Amino acid sequence: MNKTSGGQAKLVVQSASKFYDTRSGPLHALDNYSMSVNDGEFVSVVGPSGCGKTTLLWSMAGLHSLSGGAVYLDGEAVTGPHPQIGMVFQDANLLPWRNLTKNIQFPFEIKRIQPDLARIEHLLERVGLQGFGNKFPRELSGGMQQRASIVRALSFNPSVLMMDEPFGALDAFTREEMNLLVEEIWLETRKTIVFITHNIAEAVFLSDRVHVMSARPGSLASVFEITYPRPRSLDLFATREMFDLVNEIKADIQRKPGPRVVDPLPPGQTKTPAVG
Amino acid sequence: MVDKQLGDQIPEFGKPKSGGAQGASLSNLSGMVSGPGIRTLSEIVAIILVAVFIVGGAEILLRVFDVPVFVLPPPSAVFIALVTDFQFIWPHLIDTLIELFSGYAIGASVGLLLAAIITQYPFVEKIVAPYILMLVTTPMLALVPLLILNFGFGYAPRIIAVALASGPMVMINSATGFRRVDLAKIALARSFGASTFQIFIKIRFPMAMPMIIVGLMIGAIFGLLTAVGAEMVGGGFGLGNRLTTFSAMIQMPQFFAVILILSTLGILIYVTFFLIGKKWASWET
Repeated sequence: MNKTSGGQAKLVVQSASKFYDTRSGPLHALDNYSMSVNDGEFVSVVGPSGCGKTTLLWSMAGLHSLSGGAVYLDGEAVTGPHPQIGMVFQDANLLPWRNLTKNIQFPFEIKRIQPDLARIEHLLERVGLQGFGNKFPRELSGGMQQRASIVRALSFNPSVLMMDEPFGALDAFTREEMNLLVEEIWLETRKTIVFITHNIAEAVFLSDRVHVMSARPGSLASVFEITYPRPRSLDLFATREMFDLVNEIKADIQRKPGPRVVDPLPPGQTKTPAVG
Repeated sequence: MVDKQLGDQIPEFGKPKSGGAQGASLSNLSGMVSGPGIRTLSEIVAIILVAVFIVGGAEILLRVFDVPVFVLPPPSAVFIALVTDFQFIWPHLIDTLIELFSGYAIGASVGLLLAAIITQYPFVEKIVAPYILMLVTTPMLALVPLLILNFGFGYAPRIIAVALASGPMVMINSATGFRRVDLAKIALARSFGASTFQIFIKIRFPMAMPMIIVGLMIGAIFGLLTAVGAEMVGGGFGLGNRLTTFSAMIQMPQFFAVILILSTLGILIYVTFFLIGKKWASWET
């Protein structure tokens, strides 16, 4: 299932389970979830809302404990926030009382180290945000805020980037623009990226592999290898292959919780179509 | 290993939870900061005209109907009293300010500190909450006779009364601020390895800032109120004491001159915190 596509296992989730204590009893959020992400790989996790995707990501980032199982980064168990992990949150999550510069330097402030100004400047330029340092988050558009939060996550040069539905609140055009930007940045930096989304097309467009998570309790339903060549173009969204693949993944999500039936594939077609 | 800051909560965000609604949280700062701004010349002219009309109208009406000065002195008499008798009034103004500043400094810092501490311990907060509410709702002026009995007629009973009046106001509003939890922002700081203390200083405190400023303002105004009230109860100095003295001697222009000084103090307090709010909490509007 976890077939490697080059590189070695960077991040391993081993039978992760998670229960939350709620007033109405324990809530089973994550059920025996395993995955492995290779060094430099782009992996997405898709699934319906509330299926435990964020729980999974938070556990991988050491923000949450697990009820069972473990997470390993470079072979070491992750038991708390890890300096090699940069996080990009839903809705950018900038601090509204800080201007852009102060927001981006926030990680350095927490780590009590000098901010890498040259790197920050380069990243800001890369995402087209140079000259906005004095602006406050409320003065920026949603897309710009999310760009800033990507710069913030990359500012201290982590080897793993974890993105939690980063573009969920953006309009379709901005979202596509951001998808392109993320792919470009990934191609340039070759970070290991774990990307959470409920937008299947987005996941397919960005990823080397798409992990499908079933509805609560979240468990691994299936894995799709995406082999479209890179860099990918936005035209991909309009192709027949992409359309079919997205529908297949969608069907796979909806198939749970009933008994799983695998559609017989038409002869000559594989689950991992390649597009020229 | 349950994260102390994030606890073990389901990561749902979007709406910052403002915790229990107990306490007199007087809205947020937006109402205060986004007050009407005066821009155009015509607005300024209108404001001045209305002021002249009210003051001038009062002057004319009081003189036309020959209202005795001890009932209501005309504005001109009040103004003259303010100028000529200011030399006798200002030592009392200083006394009032000393009481206000010392009492407020004690009350506000203790209130703020307690709010910051108890909100970290929800269990303690539940136990303490009724007493805080009692402190907020009981007029501290009622304690002044007792305080005078114990501490004499000097500054002490007044300073204590001011501290007791302003502290709970600062505390209850700040606590409302500190109770605002934004899981996503705490997670952000944690992801960079922030300690509990760092999260408090860099996330919780700035998030509470708008409510803290509202609390500080209400506390200051309650402090002024209590200082003047306490001065009226006993002791031979302070603006409150001047009010009782002037009214006993039927010196109504002087009486109203003191009233004028007191309302100016109140407005100064408001404007100060308005500007502080604009600087430190405008991000919320």
